[in-house]
Amino acid sequence: MELLWDGLREGFRLLFTGNREVIEITIRSLLISGSAILIALTIGALAGYFLATQRFWGRNFVLSLVNTGMGLPPVVVGLFVAIMLWRSGPLGLLNLLYTPGAMVVAQAMLATPIVTGFTVASIQSLHPKLRLQIMALGASRWQTIWLLLREARLPLLAGVMAGFGAAISEVGASLMVGGNLKDTRVLTTATVLEVQKGNFEMAIALSVVLLILIYAVNLVLTYVQQRERPA
Amino acid sequence: MPDVRMAVRDVLVRRGERVILTVPHLEVWAGEVLAVVGPNGAGKSTLIQVMALLERPAAGSVFFDGHRVEGDRLPYRRRMAMLFQEPLLLDTSVEKNVRSGLSLRGVPRSEQARRTAYWLERLGIAHLARRPARSLSGGEAQRVSLARALALEPEVLLLDEPFAGLDPSIRESFLSDLEGILHEGRLTTVFVTHDRAEALRLGDRVAVMMGGSIRQVGTTAKVFAAPVDEEVAAFVGVETVVRGRLQSLADGLATIDVGGAAVQAIVPALDPGAAVLVCLRPEDVILEPAGLESHPTSARNHLRGTVRRITTVGGQVRVALDCGFTLVALITKQSLEELSLGVGDEVAASFKATAVHVIPRGT
Repeated sequence: MELLWDGLREGFRLLFTGNREVIEITIRSLLISGSAILIALTIGALAGYFLATQRFWGRNFVLSLVNTGMGLPPVVVGLFVAIMLWRSGPLGLLNLLYTPGAMVVAQAMLATPIVTGFTVASIQSLHPKLRLQIMALGASRWQTIWLLLREARLPLLAGVMAGFGAAISEVGASLMVGGNLKDTRVLTTATVLEVQKGNFEMAIALSVVLLILIYAVNLVLTYVQQRERPA
Repeated sequence: MPDVRMAVRDVLVRRGERVILTVPHLEVWAGEVLAVVGPNGAGKSTLIQVMALLERPAAGSVFFDGHRVEGDRLPYRRRMAMLFQEPLLLDTSVEKNVRSGLSLRGVPRSEQARRTAYWLERLGIAHLARRPARSLSGGEAQRVSLARALALEPEVLLLDEPFAGLDPSIRESFLSDLEGILHEGRLTTVFVTHDRAEALRLGDRVAVMMGGSIRQVGTTAKVFAAPVDEEVAAFVGVETVVRGRLQSLADGLATIDVGGAAVQAIVPALDPGAAVLVCLRPEDVILEPAGLESHPTSARNHLRGTVRRITTVGGQVRVALDCGFTLVALITKQSLEELSLGVGDEVAASFKATAVHVIPRGT
């Protein structure tokens, strides 16, 4: 018990005195997971729009893949990305392995199916004729996509938040493709490292930051959803 | 020759293996309201979506102002506007909704503001401008949707059952507003409805659809008076519907000029000279051999006519007469035999003034 109390006290001290390492790791985490979610949003929103509005052979199969992807084990994604980026692998020339870039790729792969799945559900929850009405108003293909996604913005935002939450809190993939080096250390991987070193205070401080971030994200989400809920 | 604004030719639409629409030919004339009527599932909505270039037919073409629509359909879509049964508003303010189509079409902002303000005012919803669209009632929302369509100043307005979702009380004021706007602007309109009363009121011409094809196209009066077959007759209701003009009104009893014949009817308060539709149920018409009419009776209307057409509907017989206008009578087979009527015979028809239903008509 004492370990926990000491750890908590020391953890909060590190946080509120603005420990350089904690701040650096936090910012790196936000940058990597933020970039990953932007990529996931771009790909996922378009793929989700396509899956929700088009009928084609094999659509249900693709949808089942997306649903599976929403619960993709991070370790598996990490392994796959690591193999692809390995020096002798197909994308080895990019020299991305053990860089923040590799972590962005891995986290984006993790978050994309989540954003895609939420987009499919949110577009399908709109009135089926709304797309026709928007086209009849004179919208081009891209204007139609933009307006429909805007109509689905709230559930879409939920997808972004869920994707961001998954990206920033996963550890397996980041460890595998980032390697837990000085330049690739993020909140989760750094926590693992500190525990291994016996630095529980540091580990607790990092965990608290992670929890606060995830809480903040969900606070914003809840606030927006409640405010915009139809009367 | 009428000025053809839009046409479809040899259009075929399939759902899976099933053919749900076949239209060899249909024209929409400039400035007219073409009502497309038919029971649910007749293919009316599919047809109007093909015309709106929202549904690509398996075969056939759409023509706009004489040009076959090929390749990029967006420029053509931007010359039309469509109103659905559901308001389908965007999740933003009323004003932004009305502007949305204009902004998509690249209309300058000052012009957007002018037209939006005009149509909000014109449809009596200016006070709602700042309200979020989703806070509106069904009737208000449909007015916003109409304002959004009209603000586009389309060359062709397409209406797909725009009144079907509205309460009867709201429906009436919506209908009369739209009627005024359509006739005032001579706006070329295609109007899909399953309600024949709406078709009668708004339509200049009527196309009757059944089972995915168009059975009959003609002026409203013609189609309602002379349906081509039994199924069409059963749908439109066998009725005489003719245009007339009020000549005089005394003690609530009006004399209406219908194609040269004078018809007496009970009418609501109307000014002489007013244009009206005269509707008469065929079962209210009594036929007698010409020259042998028994007098007097309580029927105020006695007309002479020539038998043009005799058709059997169910167990009964429809007799269409030319009395200066087409008058339809529904009689039994026995009466037909006793009167020994044939095409070309002259016959006397009578009906009561109270049996005539008069609808005021805008033009």
